[in-house]
Amino acid sequence: MAGAHATQHPKLQHHFDNLDQQFEASALGMWLFLVTEILFFGGLFLAYLVYRIAYPEAFAEASHELDVVLGGVNTAVLIGSSLTMAMAVWSAQLGKRSGQMLFLALTIGLGLVFLGIKAVEYSHKFEHGLVPGPNFRFESARNPVPAQLFFSLYFVMTGIHALHMIVGIGIMTVLFVMAFKGRFTRAYHTPVEVSGLYWHFVDIVWIFLFPLLYLIDRHGPVGH
Amino acid sequence: MTHEMTAAAGTNGGEMQGATHLVPIRVYLTIFSILMILTAVTVGVSFVDLGPANTLVAIVIAVTKMMLVILYFMHVRYSSRLTWAVVGGGFFWLALLLLLTLADYLTRGPGWLHYG
Repeated sequence: MAGAHATQHPKLQHHFDNLDQQFEASALGMWLFLVTEILFFGGLFLAYLVYRIAYPEAFAEASHELDVVLGGVNTAVLIGSSLTMAMAVWSAQLGKRSGQMLFLALTIGLGLVFLGIKAVEYSHKFEHGLVPGPNFRFESARNPVPAQLFFSLYFVMTGIHALHMIVGIGIMTVLFVMAFKGRFTRAYHTPVEVSGLYWHFVDIVWIFLFPLLYLIDRHGPVGH
Repeated sequence: MTHEMTAAAGTNGGEMQGATHLVPIRVYLTIFSILMILTAVTVGVSFVDLGPANTLVAIVIAVTKMMLVILYFMHVRYSSRLTWAVVGGGFFWLALLLLLTLADYLTRGPGWLHYG
């Protein structure tokens, strides 16, 4: 029995037969968490859809206050970070330490660029009085009440998404330190894989937020 | 337990995890390019008046991008049937949430949800 244990990978927990089975269980666990996240964001998207169907003109008018260029650049930044994340997993699968560190650093960097652009957008909204609350003033609006509803949904949805980005950057920082210490090898790199699933999920949420919040009726009469 | 097996199970050597699929870089770059093109298309189309089809096109493009990320970046294409079932189950519940609620609101007729 002692001899059998001596051949086991040090990362293999005793309740799994082998590293493959252990990895499957970890990935499945992350997917189960992501399913709860799908339904969590799903509720927000549902609230958005119901109010957009109720107030299409007001939502289009409010949507035109968002910056398509900044939102579009941020979409490209996040898709780029998904590519670097995929490459970090690829490097981990091959046990390439320098590749893991490079691509994790790039993923963190692109995540920070995204948050920086988001901060610029938020500060514009504060300056223009587009933050829901007592100081909300959207003077050009024909429908200021539902327009405020649009900005409430905008701040909650993008805010919770940004919170997920901040958590993701924290996870990537931990992974970077682990990669630096040489923890990920061809045989064991589960933390990079399952954290990658989380990062790609956050990217997918933005893939829906961008068209739904920024691109409503851009051709319409209230267009700039 | 042979000496070879002991060596193979060492921290730096050893076979790659069989359960994880090594996707060629070329595939990742292709998916990335398609995602960027679809982003440009969805921005471009939003400035063209297609009537109610604008929203439909935006959602179809977003769903396509999501499928590419899930299948390739998240390796679901190469994952076990159990993973497929869990992922599919998640989207099934999301569909129930969206469709059943919208089946209510979309059939209430005019004049629902008034403010003021």
